[in-house]
Amino acid sequence: MKRTLPILVVLAVLLAAIALVNPFFLEPAGFLAFVKRAAPLVILAAGQYFVIVSGEFDLSVGSLVTVEVVVAARLIDGQESATWWVLLLLIAVGLLVGLLNGVVTTALRVPSFITTLGMMLILSGAVFLWTGGAPRGALSEAFRTFGRGNLGPVPWSVLILLAAGAAAILLMRSDFGRRLVATGDNERAAALSGVRVARTRILAFVLSGAAAAITGILLGGFAGVSAQVGQGLEFSAITAVVLGGVALGGGRGSVVAAMAGALTLEALFTLLNLYGISGALEFTVQGVIIIAAVAVGALRLPAWLAKHPPRKQGDTHVA
Amino acid sequence: MNGQSLKQAGRPARPAVAALREIDPTKVIYLALAATLVIGWVLVAVDGGDFLTVETIVGIQQRSAALGIVAVGQTLAILAGSLDLSVAYLISLCSLVAAETMAGRDGGIAAGVAAVLAVSALVGLVNGMVITRLRVHAFIATLGTALIIKGVVDHLYDGPAGSVPDSFQRLGYDRIGPVPVSALLWAAVAAAAWFLLRRTRLGHRIYAVGGDEEVARLSGVRTDRVVVLTHVLCSVCAGVAGLLLAARLGAGAPTVGTDGGYDLESIAAVVLGGTALAGGKGGVAGTVGGVLLLAVLDSVFNQLEVNSFFKDVVRGLVIVIAVAVYARRRKGRQI
Amino acid sequence: MSRNRPLVALVVTSTIVFAAGCTSDKPPAATGQSASASAAPAATGAGTGEQSKFFVQADFDAQLAMRTKTPQGDASRPWEQAIDPQMVSTAKYKKDGGVHLCFSNAAVNNPWRQVGWKSMQAEVALHKEITKFTALDAEGKDDKQISDIAELQGQGCDALIVSPNTTATLTPAVKAACGKVPVIVFDRGVDTDCPVTFINPIGGYAFGADGAEFLVEKVPAGGKVLALRILPGVDVLETRWSAAKATFDKSQVQVVGVEFTDGDAAKTKSVVSDYIQRHGKIDGVWMDAGATAVAAVEAFEDAGQPVPAMVGEDQQDFLQKWKDGGLTAIAPTYPTYQWRTPVIAALKILAGEEVPKTWKLPQPKITSDTLDTYLRPNMPPLHYALCGCEEMPGFPENWGGKKS
Repeated sequence: MKRTLPILVVLAVLLAAIALVNPFFLEPAGFLAFVKRAAPLVILAAGQYFVIVSGEFDLSVGSLVTVEVVVAARLIDGQESATWWVLLLLIAVGLLVGLLNGVVTTALRVPSFITTLGMMLILSGAVFLWTGGAPRGALSEAFRTFGRGNLGPVPWSVLILLAAGAAAILLMRSDFGRRLVATGDNERAAALSGVRVARTRILAFVLSGAAAAITGILLGGFAGVSAQVGQGLEFSAITAVVLGGVALGGGRGSVVAAMAGALTLEALFTLLNLYGISGALEFTVQGVIIIAAVAVGALRLPAWLAKHPPRKQGDTHVA
Repeated sequence: MNGQSLKQAGRPARPAVAALREIDPTKVIYLALAATLVIGWVLVAVDGGDFLTVETIVGIQQRSAALGIVAVGQTLAILAGSLDLSVAYLISLCSLVAAETMAGRDGGIAAGVAAVLAVSALVGLVNGMVITRLRVHAFIATLGTALIIKGVVDHLYDGPAGSVPDSFQRLGYDRIGPVPVSALLWAAVAAAAWFLLRRTRLGHRIYAVGGDEEVARLSGVRTDRVVVLTHVLCSVCAGVAGLLLAARLGAGAPTVGTDGGYDLESIAAVVLGGTALAGGKGGVAGTVGGVLLLAVLDSVFNQLEVNSFFKDVVRGLVIVIAVAVYARRRKGRQI
Repeated sequence: MSRNRPLVALVVTSTIVFAAGCTSDKPPAATGQSASASAAPAATGAGTGEQSKFFVQADFDAQLAMRTKTPQGDASRPWEQAIDPQMVSTAKYKKDGGVHLCFSNAAVNNPWRQVGWKSMQAEVALHKEITKFTALDAEGKDDKQISDIAELQGQGCDALIVSPNTTATLTPAVKAACGKVPVIVFDRGVDTDCPVTFINPIGGYAFGADGAEFLVEKVPAGGKVLALRILPGVDVLETRWSAAKATFDKSQVQVVGVEFTDGDAAKTKSVVSDYIQRHGKIDGVWMDAGATAVAAVEAFEDAGQPVPAMVGEDQQDFLQKWKDGGLTAIAPTYPTYQWRTPVIAALKILAGEEVPKTWKLPQPKITSDTLDTYLRPNMPPLHYALCGCEEMPGFPENWGGKKS
């Protein structure tokens, strides 16, 4: 919890700042609309967290999201009846891509940065090779519901986010979670204490693939078919995880913080938009904040600071 | 002093493993390059074309020079155990700085080159300081710098700007027989980096820091300083690539770096050349081979008019397979 | 030190060879500044911000005037029509026998270029006299396209078609090619008149003004208009916005926001939702390209509001939405049939027939009256209706459509 606190404080401050400019944000509908918009990135960040905490990277998720949406559109082709088997197939594709990433990284000893960079090229090339350069077909209404529709007053994507978040937390509390963190912290020690390091890492990649599949389903549902739906999402997801205080290289950080990091990133975009920071300078602000957040996280190390870490970190994060 | 010798000293190797180790990734990449040239030549000939014309040879060199220069710099950063994701945006920025400073005047060339070198060195310095002083992972530090530069460039420019004088454009277009000046520039940068790595104390330290930072520190290397220096050099290489592209385009362009994908592609070329992403192992010769391999592949695809989506698939496969092959060869080293 | 010898040798020889003289692939003339970069008066008002530095009043006026002119040629084949053609002689390029046609393509990285590229390939297939067609894809990289153009000159092309990735930066390469083969440029232009012909539709000002004039007509005085742009800095898109801005500035409508969407549907939907929240009601949406038009429409649907006057483009998904929802909409176009014209032009040039120096193609807009002519439910959602490809062999499968 101590590790999660700083990012939660930052998130609270950002949300308050948004509410100050946009009172609608405080109403349930306004807040739910925000969560709905953030849900795909939060789920993607949770998946990325598993990989990062195990000491690896997954750069292929952005392409994978595009693949999921383009494949869904071509296979469903507007027929409602095709929705369900295509959904199952999409999840299977996500799991399979994760499995491949994991096996190539562990069994063939290719650094995950390269494995998933290669996978990113292969996926985006292959899917457009298959569809002849541009998306074809159309999504069905039933498919769109998950990203677009509501169950009563609550958007489906918020419910899916809650379920995915709960599953992620439970996973990290399970034996698997401990093995995962141990693997990322010190591979050798984990192996010596009986953790099957390779299998644990493969599972982390599979989870990331599954998260990308769900993200694809939500984004395709939210905004429809597009050829660039996943563009740059891999960097957003990694940024979100790191913003949550999770260390690249593995072994440190919580999944709740990673998801809070994604919410924070989304809140930051919303806020910059609301305050009318010019489209371009938004990136500059984002860059400064990422570096600052991680730098502040690294400041935790000196012993004299460790006595009252939460306050110190909370304050500086805001700056 | 040397990371490799430090490591090997502590661990007597079995002969079989030692034999495997003798096969250097650099040789693998050049063998692969030769094979690609032959296969490409055959494929193009079957297709009814002529692969090795002067135009294609010049084309291969022109197409690889800018990436090659960036990749040489990236090699230094990766060897030291770091990496640089900001090079693509830095290239765009430098092309603009060059073209704006020169403003089409012959007299502005010196100032333009100096400005680019200063700006790029400064960016490298910032990258290095953020990584070492603020202890930010290189991935995030350079991604952050990239975003900062992107914001500034997009804010200030909404299209190509400035112009470089004709005399400077010759850097991008002149050639000596079949060898473009840009390729000579690349060769000079690569040779300088090779000299730095193999013949200077700093070079040995780069390998030591990349091999095992803790051991290097304990043996008296100022590791932070080494990392900062490699980042400065890496950024300066990106700056030189920006100058070259400004000469090619005749102007500065805010998207030239990202359109070229120089960030991820330079990293891919470096690992394709056998340099370990974790640092400490590899070298400039391999990187040059990696860049040339990508360029020859490109040229073969160009001649066969393969569509760009298929190219991406092949590129992805080549990179992963190559690194998997190197990893097998290094297997004996890791445990 | 002996190992340094090769290095020293390399440096010395290269210096000597360099000093001894060298060849250059660079064209002799200087590259001019971008022609469109003339200073424009900074007009502010109506919330539209400053005028783009790409804005050129004379071009704006010329394009707006062109919209009402009747193009010459067969109206059923608009890709062969031309507005106000100034013909040039091409007798010196006349050539007998088979034709080797070459094409340097900027990219095929978006649906618009995909549709066009397929139409061009189909056009080539129509002509038996083209014995060889060599096309290189620069993948959106200026530097690669410069090399591609140089490389094509060595392949014995009879004519070279260029679709430049960027106007200013491709100019030197095109100039160099002009000396060796007849060059045909289309879509984006270059800052030189050395190509035999430059083919494109009326242009961005007309596109932007078509949409903006429609909104000014449909949105009541004082009504709120949201302008969505893809990204800054692309000349084609800048001209579209600057024309819309000029139109809005003269009108009574209030532009409440100008936002960039990166062409991303999810971001578009979020931006539009934010504006609906903040302003309660939006009376019109202008966009500089239609790829995200459907996402914008959906934002209104999801907010439970009637869809206001919309500007889109000729993509099928938008036309379908328009038809299904009975929208008040207009679709300015930047027709993909312009990809057929360069092939036709090349053959005319090599046959020694006259061609227009500046080949301006008609640029129709789709209105509710003509919607049904362009809507084809069997085509993919991102297909552009004005492909001029309906009668070509392989339609609709080669364009991703279904036979029906």
